[in-house]
Amino acid sequence: MKARVTVTLKSGILDPQGKAIEGALRSLGVSGVASVRQGKVFDIEIEGADRAGAEAALKSAAEKLLANTVIENYRIEVTG
Amino acid sequence: MNSAIVVFPGINRERDMARALRLMSGREPAMVWHADNALPPGTDLVVIPGGFSYGDYLRCGAIAARAPIMDAVRGFAAKGGLVLAVCNGFQIACEAGLLPGVLMRNAQLRFICRDVYLRVERSDTAFTRGYNAGQVIRVPVAHGEGNYIADGETIAKLEGEGRVLFRYSSPDGMVDPNWNHNGAMNAIAGIINAGGNVLGMMPHPENHVEAEIGPSDGCGLFAGLVDHFKLAA
Repeated sequence: MKARVTVTLKSGILDPQGKAIEGALRSLGVSGVASVRQGKVFDIEIEGADRAGAEAALKSAAEKLLANTVIENYRIEVTG
Repeated sequence: MNSAIVVFPGINRERDMARALRLMSGREPAMVWHADNALPPGTDLVVIPGGFSYGDYLRCGAIAARAPIMDAVRGFAAKGGLVLAVCNGFQIACEAGLLPGVLMRNAQLRFICRDVYLRVERSDTAFTRGYNAGQVIRVPVAHGEGNYIADGETIAKLEGEGRVLFRYSSPDGMVDPNWNHNGAMNAIAGIINAGGNVLGMMPHPENHVEAEIGPSDGCGLFAGLVDHFKLAA
């Protein structure tokens, strides 16, 4: 099974890297960009076909390691 | 004072720390490997040094915080043992749940490597008894992610309980955005846990302990710790 965990900064947390990317897009002449927030994507392959088990394992992975829940949110998608 | 320095792959300040501890305490610190499960018996002080553990992969300190030795460090801290966490060590201590908050990318997005001035906020802790409250010390920083952030409630608690021990300041002790090199909230450079036995700080006091090679303002921290254990003995 394939899964994706997306980790993003919580709203209200200052994102200096996102700001720099935003500035770079502007200087490249890309128009219409109001703001940029950057994050991380983890593509994970899960053994077996137990969907509920996979979701539980991914939640545990996100809570224990992939995200620092003080500053980050995570989203889990099992894409099958 | 018997100290133990925790060593992770990618840590590079452990020898500077060992040299400072040897100079100030007269004893050779034990080097403890990340895969070990226990600290040497009789350890008084655990030090998590600076560097780039695991290449700063995922988040600074995130992987080191989950290494086997960290359970022993958490157990040691829970019993009141003193832990000094410097630079990457501070990031590791936050990731390990020993200290609140997070060290984010410096606000200016640049790695900062230079001497800074710190205002010592309290002198009544084991870590700062070698200084006077309000004293300004000069020590180096070398980090890309030292921008301390926590939620409003945590910051209010830290301030209300007097748990900010060091703040970035001007040479005369003024806290000012121009002297807050990494953009840290409330210019926080170092904090202690609620028990007062775990200190995390971004600057490197261990690099300024010998007058022959420059300022020696870092001595106060180590001399204070040595004194603390002499009085306790």
